[in-house]
Amino acid sequence: MNESDPPITIYRLQACPFCERVVRTLTELDLDYRSRYVEPMHSARNAVKRVCGVRTVPAIVDRNTGLTMAESENIVEYLERTYGESGGT
Amino acid sequence: MVEFDVVDLGPADHPTDGEQAPDFTRPLVNGELWEDVSLSALYEAGPVLLLFHPMDGAFPATYLWNELRERGIDDHERVQAVGLSISSPYAHKRLIEARDVDARLFSDPSNEVAERYGIAHDLDGMTGIEEPRPAAFLIDGSGTIQYAWVGTEWPAFPDYDEIEAAIEEL
Repeated sequence: MNESDPPITIYRLQACPFCERVVRTLTELDLDYRSRYVEPMHSARNAVKRVCGVRTVPAIVDRNTGLTMAESENIVEYLERTYGESGGT
Repeated sequence: MVEFDVVDLGPADHPTDGEQAPDFTRPLVNGELWEDVSLSALYEAGPVLLLFHPMDGAFPATYLWNELRERGIDDHERVQAVGLSISSPYAHKRLIEARDVDARLFSDPSNEVAERYGIAHDLDGMTGIEEPRPAAFLIDGSGTIQYAWVGTEWPAFPDYDEIEAAIEEL
C-alpha cells in the first residue's frame, strides 16, 4: 500500500444496495476511496474477516482514524460524523 | 487424414525490448478479492512478468498456468507474474482456485489493453468477442520492456525457457 493510496478502503459486493449506500455517502462527502470487491459467497470472504473481524459487507478501513467498521448504517453515521459539515475534520 | 493446422496470425505491431510498457489500470484479481491496480504500481514495486492469455476455460489458459506453476516461474522473489485475459473477475477467481495459480490476474473484458499493446485478436466464430494474442512481456522496475514475445500463430505458447533466461538476466 502506498502513501498516495486513498486512506479509506471499502470492501464491497457488486450490486449490493447496502454497499452502494456507503459509496453514495463517500461520494457526497467528496472522499477518495479504494474499492475491494469480494465474492457473493459469504464463506469465501476471508479477506474481509481478516481485516474487519466479520465477513459481512460493506466494511470499511479508515487509515485516517485507524478505524475498521462493518454494517452500512454504522458506517454512514460514522462517515457523516467524521467528515460531514458538523464533523471534526 | 486431416493435418493439424495452426492459424497464421501474421506479425503484430507491439512494443518490444527497450521500450516503455504502456501503462493501464484494470481490476487485479487474487484468490480473495479484486481492486483497480495500475501496471506502473506493480513494476514500481519490482519486475513484472505480464502474460496475456486466452479467456479462462480455454485450454491454452489452463496449460499456461499449469506450466508456470510447475516451473515456479511465478516466484515472487524474482518477479511478479500477472496474467491478463478478457475474463471477468469471477472467472479469474475460479481459475486461480482450480489451477492453484500463485499469481494475480488482470480482467479486461473490453480488450482495450490488448489494443494498446497492438495484440488484439478477433475470434473466428465468436461474433463480437476479441481477446489478446498470447503474449509475454518482462518489465523491469522502471517500466522498460526487457523481453517481449507475441504469438504469430494460433494457438501458440510462450517459450518458457527464454522467459526464465530473461528473468535470470534482470
